[in-house]
Amino acid sequence: MSTRVMAPGRPDLRPGRVSFAHALRAEWIKFRTVRGWVIAMFVAVLFTVFLGVFAAGNVSIGCQSGPNGPVLTGKACTPHFPIGPDGEAVTDSYYFARQTLTGNGSMTVRVSSLTSLRGQGKGQAPGQNPLAGMAKGEVPWAKAGLILTDSTRPGSAYAAIMVTGGHGVRMQYNYTHDAAGLPGRVTARSPRWLRLTRSGDVITGYDSVDGTHWTQVSSARLVSLPHTVQAGMFATSPIYTTVSSGFLGSTGRSGPSQSTAVFDDVSLRGNWPDKAWTGTSVGNGAASPGTGYGYYHASRTAVTVSGSGDIAPVSAGSSAPGPVSVFEQPLSGLFAGMIAIVVVAAMFFTVEYRRGLIRTTLTASPRRGQVLVAKAAVASAVAFVAGLAASILAIAFGLPRQRNQGTYVLPISMLTEVRVIVGTAAMVAVAAVMAVAIGAILRRSAAAVTTAIVVIVLPFLLAATVLQAGAGTWLLRLTPAAGFAIEQSIPNYPQVDSVVSAAQGTYPLSPWAGLGVLCAWAAAALALAYVLLRRRDA
Amino acid sequence: MEATIEVIGLRKRFGSALALDGMSFTVQPGQVTGFVGPNGAGKSTTMRVILGLDAPDEGHARIGGRPYASLPHPMRYLGSLLDAGALQPSRSARGHLLWLAYSQGLTAQRADEVLEQAGLTDVARRRAGGFSLGMRQRLGVAAAMLADPMILMLDEPFNGLDPEGIVWMKGFLRSLARQGRAVLVSSHLMSELEDTADHLVVVGRGKVVADTSVAALLAAAAGGRVTLRTTAVREAATVLDLAGATIAANSNGALTISGLPAERVVMLLSQAGVPFSEVSAHRVTLEQAYLDLTRDAVEFRAEPASEVAP
Repeated sequence: MSTRVMAPGRPDLRPGRVSFAHALRAEWIKFRTVRGWVIAMFVAVLFTVFLGVFAAGNVSIGCQSGPNGPVLTGKACTPHFPIGPDGEAVTDSYYFARQTLTGNGSMTVRVSSLTSLRGQGKGQAPGQNPLAGMAKGEVPWAKAGLILTDSTRPGSAYAAIMVTGGHGVRMQYNYTHDAAGLPGRVTARSPRWLRLTRSGDVITGYDSVDGTHWTQVSSARLVSLPHTVQAGMFATSPIYTTVSSGFLGSTGRSGPSQSTAVFDDVSLRGNWPDKAWTGTSVGNGAASPGTGYGYYHASRTAVTVSGSGDIAPVSAGSSAPGPVSVFEQPLSGLFAGMIAIVVVAAMFFTVEYRRGLIRTTLTASPRRGQVLVAKAAVASAVAFVAGLAASILAIAFGLPRQRNQGTYVLPISMLTEVRVIVGTAAMVAVAAVMAVAIGAILRRSAAAVTTAIVVIVLPFLLAATVLQAGAGTWLLRLTPAAGFAIEQSIPNYPQVDSVVSAAQGTYPLSPWAGLGVLCAWAAAALALAYVLLRRRDA
Repeated sequence: MEATIEVIGLRKRFGSALALDGMSFTVQPGQVTGFVGPNGAGKSTTMRVILGLDAPDEGHARIGGRPYASLPHPMRYLGSLLDAGALQPSRSARGHLLWLAYSQGLTAQRADEVLEQAGLTDVARRRAGGFSLGMRQRLGVAAAMLADPMILMLDEPFNGLDPEGIVWMKGFLRSLARQGRAVLVSSHLMSELEDTADHLVVVGRGKVVADTSVAALLAAAAGGRVTLRTTAVREAATVLDLAGATIAANSNGALTISGLPAERVVMLLSQAGVPFSEVSAHRVTLEQAYLDLTRDAVEFRAEPASEVAP
């Protein structure tokens, strides 16, 4: 080999930022020059897309149009939900004793009773008593109270103050907003006074135990509320669910319910031109989760209203009538792709120890922190791209397939769609950072790969299969698998009875909090890796 | 910056084993410095400390006065080859040099240049895992030369080379020294450094046993002795004994004379009419001189010398 003679003492004493850029570029070359790793990334994308689109999404949906109608399958069976003012799918079915209110005004009532019946199924034969076979029981989210809405069309803007079966007094508006008032159950001995006032766009709810001392529960601004609205008393009662959880999962019973409330001392202020109540069954269609039955009865002293259904957002874990799915459903195969990515990320570090290449690396870039960060950055960038490709492809192929099969995909905003797709890619990227750090800490491929899978992916699989309740929920709060929450597009509404379970795509933490838990784990692993990498002889 | 390596008072303990015990020496530019000693003497550990890979318990190493780890793009100052097998088997030779080149802020063109110089262009895109040890050594040397450093440090570069490769390596090291570079080459076989090293740092049990030029070491080992070959052993012994010399029989039938220079031996024997076939200054091989030096320092005498250094 011949060599060129260089003048000694070349001035190359530039600061560390340049050397980090070079270390970064070197690590990228290292990644892309190992064909197996590049192939593994494509395999990760294929796994995710295949599992999410074809393996998990294969359902066959059938339905009958009416009692004697033909049996339909697929798209014809897609249920349709009203869309609330904020763009989300809602259930909006209740029994409404209403009058027209023009301009500002208020309603005040005393609720002295709320009782519920629970049934086994829906669809009694025509002519049969709709409440036959139902038995008294508790329905925590049975609702009855005062409501003010711009129309009786399902999905309308509204604000309501109500008593509930098990959650005390609530003020709710526009389906997703909920505030708590007085706690406790309504009985004849402890009635609740409720008041709802309108002043322009602002609706305010109050409650009281005696009709004299009032407390404001909450207030709502309903933008562009018309001058004339419908207001009055309502009752509704959702599908009830009882879940008993054991070690290997949970078993549940559910069915429609019917709730009846007695209102007395009704007093109205403002301009109420109708002078009498009109009974309307709102949203009593196919999308109603109720019995379809309701009535009101006005005596001289009291008004009784009975209804079934719900006024609430539809969420993935709740009991919805008909096949409902969520935007992120096709990402159900992500765990498989993530295993491949996490394995490659861990090995990205450990293979250097296998044959002493780490010494060459640290000879080229003696700032060990830079090497660690450069490796983590390259692995996470590659994982991000793979995660993004997998999410986009899975959703692009998976959603149309689900829709063709007759599933209703709950609508979400464009911003939420972006958050789910980009967030999923970010989650995979952060998991890759953690795997790189684990590789640097453990230095042996087998140990690092096993640990990375056990710590990052296994908790999710356990929570989604054998440990759904209790322990599984804690896994999804505390372990790096909490990051999967970033996929959840429809929030867990506290005012809707729903199951929090990875199998349902619902997580105990909010999307960003879940991603934050994963980030905290990755940061801790990276910090430990940094300390060890600097302290240990290479 | 001066092309020197300074090793100052290194001490390092691995568990109960003392690997370095006050190791100190300096490597100067313009010459090949042989770093010799038996296996386990601390050569590889010293080199790892020089590169900042291992932290010494005491002492320090400096490259032109600075710690290696403080050098931006350090391979531009010091090129090293510790272990030719330290490769990702599935990465090509070119891929290996490419990432190293980028890590030093060099271009892909420079990687192709050293590939060419190492004669690896034809196999540049083959997986390095399939390379013979000789090819890996050449790839390792190419990597060390990548950033054209003024200091070269090679750990056991002759290991696994065929005779032709050894000749090539020796010539290569000599040419680097002629260009004014500092070259530090470790070996556990002194014969490999014969005709190559100008200076020797001989180590044993973690410290320097001798730090000397090759010429001075050989002269000291010869100790001014003279080899005499004669059929008239008794007469020769009498004559030389009278002149004050010490005579010893030598294993191959010759006599070793100490205390008289060769010219005087010739003169005395000629005057006394004692026939002789050869009088020559006693020559020791570098190997012999080294064995004399390290006799006391060898830690594991029973181990074969061909074992690879740790």
